[in-house]
Amino acid sequence: MSANARTAVLERVRAAKGGAAELAKAASAWGLLPRAYHRDGDLQRTAMLERFIDRLHDYDAHVEFCDDAGLAGAIARALYACGAKRVLVPVGLDVGCPEELERVEDAALRVSELDRVDAVVTRCTVAIAETGTLVLQTVPGQGRRAATLVPDIHVCIVRERDVVMTVPEAFNRLALTTTLPTTFVSGPSATADIEMTRIKGVHGPRTLYVVLEAEAG
Amino acid sequence: MGLSTDGQALDPRTAPEFQTAARSVLNDAQLRKNVRHATTVIQNKRAKVVGELPDWQELREAGGALREHTMKFLDAYLEQFEANCTRAGGVVHWARDAAEAREIVVRLAKESIGDAPSEVIKIKSMTTEEIGLNAALQEAGITPYETDLAELIIQLGKDQPSHIVVPALHKNRAQIREIFQREMHLPHLGETPQDLADAARSFLREKFLRVPTAVSGANFLVAETGGVCIVESEGNGRMCLTLPRTLITIAGIDKVVPRFADLEVLLQVLPRSATGERMNPYNSIWTGVHPGDGPEQFHVVLMDNGRTDVLADEHGRETLHCIRCGACQNACPVYRQTGGHAYGSVYAGPIGAILTPQLQKMEHAESLPYASSLCGACYEVCPVKINIPEVLVHLRSRVVERKTAGLRVLTNAEALAMKTAGSLFRSERRFRAAQRLARMGQGVLARKDGSGEKWISWLPGLLGGWTQVRDLHALPDETFRQWWEEREKSKKHAGGAA
Ligand code: SF4
Repeated sequence: MSANARTAVLERVRAAKGGAAELAKAASAWGLLPRAYHRDGDLQRTAMLERFIDRLHDYDAHVEFCDDAGLAGAIARALYACGAKRVLVPVGLDVGCPEELERVEDAALRVSELDRVDAVVTRCTVAIAETGTLVLQTVPGQGRRAATLVPDIHVCIVRERDVVMTVPEAFNRLALTTTLPTTFVSGPSATADIEMTRIKGVHGPRTLYVVLEAEAG
Repeated sequence: MGLSTDGQALDPRTAPEFQTAARSVLNDAQLRKNVRHATTVIQNKRAKVVGELPDWQELREAGGALREHTMKFLDAYLEQFEANCTRAGGVVHWARDAAEAREIVVRLAKESIGDAPSEVIKIKSMTTEEIGLNAALQEAGITPYETDLAELIIQLGKDQPSHIVVPALHKNRAQIREIFQREMHLPHLGETPQDLADAARSFLREKFLRVPTAVSGANFLVAETGGVCIVESEGNGRMCLTLPRTLITIAGIDKVVPRFADLEVLLQVLPRSATGERMNPYNSIWTGVHPGDGPEQFHVVLMDNGRTDVLADEHGRETLHCIRCGACQNACPVYRQTGGHAYGSVYAGPIGAILTPQLQKMEHAESLPYASSLCGACYEVCPVKINIPEVLVHLRSRVVERKTAGLRVLTNAEALAMKTAGSLFRSERRFRAAQRLARMGQGVLARKDGSGEKWISWLPGLLGGWTQVRDLHALPDETFRQWWEEREKSKKHAGGAA
């Protein structure tokens, strides 16, 4: 049944175009496609980071600043500011959370257990200044996808050197990990379905904190 | 009041003609106000964020060329997607038409549900609306829960989507509150948008945590990796993609893109065009099954359902380049007057006017290519540069050909007029000239209706009996294009400053 449908659909596609396509020809034609859009950003480092912060604020994310020595303190400030008490820490995260708060390790927790933590702290793979986007992948320190989805507060550490200006630059950085589960996060969960008013927080985290970590030295 | 869609699916095979349906909507002042408000807000947001990108035209160019390239090699890319998705642990199914797609999804859902209560959670998907999946699930005893806020409003209100991105844009907050109060049993629910969103959050939270099967559409299928990409705002999509044990994704065969890196173009143009955001809150990309993260079972249903008929028409096939951003709907003066339901299809507005009749092999929805003033606003905003006016005119000629195939009674003048109509709009230059002519000619043809709106009867003298009920909204006195050209000219005259 399904095999028939497969043959039928592919045959219809070929008949509609007047012949079968070859992947090798497709590859060389792909290489010739017009790409005159900007690949790289044109801003200096500081201006680019300012753009990033501006975009984050524009989408209702909060931003904390620190250098690597001050990282733990900045995370603590973010967690206290939003009143978190139980904090989820994904496997492989190399920073702690304040001792007064309850630290919950994500050892394959059930979803109902994820639903009982207040906040999650992660790193990210790359961040895009132009759009205020954080890119998370399923690697140590960033957690599985549910871990940054079910808790209501997400604190994400972004190293300055992981911030790029443009979307194409970010895709360059992702070129070797294209099959990992990947999530682009731009601000807290939101909807504009009611009279086109942007409302923060429907099903994903309603609070997003970015901790921007400066280069050492 | 107006056009009721109460429980009735939008089915182009049984829908009234656009011009008839549109007339009844024009009496619904509330609906028109809601639609005008929402489309104006999105248009302004879009204009702002599109203006931020100095390379917008280059991105459109790249997007259009990429989509055209994909269609040219579609069979190869589909097979490549299938091989890579399968290797990553996904199971790929093929469906020739809507019935076959429904049957596959219902069967997979039943298998995955097993002894659990018969429920699935759903992400907003125009493809599932296109095939009437919810009704099929219900018939099979499975309750589908729509989880996108707008789709939830539609589902609880027994309504139909009127826009491809913001399906409930024809409802205002008071109407939404009334639906939620009634259906969620919340008599004291407040009426701020925040109250309404909070109500949806609590209503659905329990379902996200409990229901083990999800059904989704897809924005893009990546041939190179076998990955799937979904773009959304609320996080309901992420819930459905990550928490259940089984995920069933259904996608038209047109959704494929060659490579992962191609998303660098599409993920720039889509959010800015669709919701006027630089990036929508969440994009998810996943490939097959990933141990320890997300569903254990992943199915993709690749559906034709008329798409290969569109591909076979060399003048109509660019319709398949569409990435469903809805920008053409927001920009369309006809859609802005009538809203979506008058189109009798889940695909409304300019994209619906070209896509729906072609998906129906031109056997139904043949009034839709006439649901346009050919003003060109849709083309100006389309992020993949689909020349919608050209396709509309081409489809008009196909409608005329069909209608006259059996008739041998044409006068020479009529035959000539039709031939001209068929070939006139194949080039940009001829299109513009024809547009100006039409506008000049319309003084004679236009008449004012009761509400002071200008309407014209199309194809005057031509097959009069058939066209007399097919009135069209009159062309605006000046098209955007003319206005723009005038503006550019006067800027130059003003001394060429900046
Ligand atoms: S036709 Fe173009 S503008 Fe309209 S929905 Fe499709 S991509 Fe968007």
